[in-house]
Amino acid sequence: MMDLFLRSVFAENLILSYFLGVCTFLAVSKRLDTAVGLGIALIVVQTVTVPINHLILAHLLAPGAWGWIGLGNVDLTFLALIAFIGVIAAVVQVLEMFLDRYVPALYRALGIYLPLITVNCAILGGSLFMEERNYTFAESVVFGLGSGVGWALAIMGLAAIRERLNYADIPDGLRGLGIAFIATGLLSMGFTAFAGVRL
Amino acid sequence: MKTLRHLYGPIIDNNPITLQILGICSALAVTTSMTTALVMCMALTGVLVMASAVISTIRRHIPGSIRLIIQITIIASLVIVIDQVIQAYAFDISQRLSIFVGLIVTNCLVLGRAEAFAMHNPVGPSMLDGLGNGLGYSLILLIVAFVRELFGAGTLFGRMVLPTIYEGGWYTPLNLMLLAPSAFIVLGLLVWAVRSLRPAQIEQADYEIDADKERQGP
Repeated sequence: MMDLFLRSVFAENLILSYFLGVCTFLAVSKRLDTAVGLGIALIVVQTVTVPINHLILAHLLAPGAWGWIGLGNVDLTFLALIAFIGVIAAVVQVLEMFLDRYVPALYRALGIYLPLITVNCAILGGSLFMEERNYTFAESVVFGLGSGVGWALAIMGLAAIRERLNYADIPDGLRGLGIAFIATGLLSMGFTAFAGVRL
Repeated sequence: MKTLRHLYGPIIDNNPITLQILGICSALAVTTSMTTALVMCMALTGVLVMASAVISTIRRHIPGSIRLIIQITIIASLVIVIDQVIQAYAFDISQRLSIFVGLIVTNCLVLGRAEAFAMHNPVGPSMLDGLGNGLGYSLILLIVAFVRELFGAGTLFGRMVLPTIYEGGWYTPLNLMLLAPSAFIVLGLLVWAVRSLRPAQIEQADYEIDADKERQGP
């Protein structure tokens, strides 16, 4: 379990080795404080949606899931994609209302980032990886948390680097997007160093 | 003539990846070989053109408050169809593409064009806009895949181009090219190249560095 957690945070980081959520990653990493907000929102949503999607997949879509009403040979796994997207959109919406009602301080801090997360590839990618790698329920909780933390770590790192890069003298054509890509590449190279770490 | 601009505009001048920062998410992971990149490009362009056509056809009947959900549902349905087609006719490639065909659903490029263009324009221009953006995306993806596969494995479309030392040739493959970091760096350099050719795309600096003051010293 600890091994899976560390692997999903570092060696198999969603952004730096699977390129998931790079669009949001590049668009929101200009300032450190917004990056922290988005990172935390993503950890929360990822930890909630991956296990929920696991339950839906195992009990509604998997082959034989409808066996108890005599539809044993129905296989609905091709609907997984559309079900996952629906669940993610619904969870984000419910989470938004819940935070607004019970934790208004957190809602004010994360409010604008939550809708953005619905269409983030990292969230859908997390659920699809859960399906592809056949994680159990406990593993999917750990994987959801770990991959969320890894994503947040990467965006905070890049935001901190880009704040400093503002003061650097960069060739004209490379300024902005170009140098952000190259910095991400170097960051990614650093994270591949964790590839052999085992616990 | 004006309509055709929707087609070739996004290919270089207004490229979705190098200028609009759309659709990078699923783009980089499939660029370790030309074959996967090409299949991914065809899948994305197909989804983009069809989604633009469908959304633009029903644009007057979509209520504003739930338009995102409707757009995502349409895109997801098209992606499921494409995914099943790839699994049926090219199973080994679908295994190598892993989850990335499914991720076309959350590709910002598809949703971005639906929201920004197809919702406000007739079917014809919307389809051309979808095709143009798909081709612009494909162009960048294929260039990155070309560099990565050629230098990383010495092959193109799986065929030997630079004979590697493992096969008795002279070329030592650059294994870093097959790892994730090189995709970011190759794309960064590509952005630099495009912006050197099209200086209008250069971003403004947030701060101006005063070189004279630095040289004078205290």
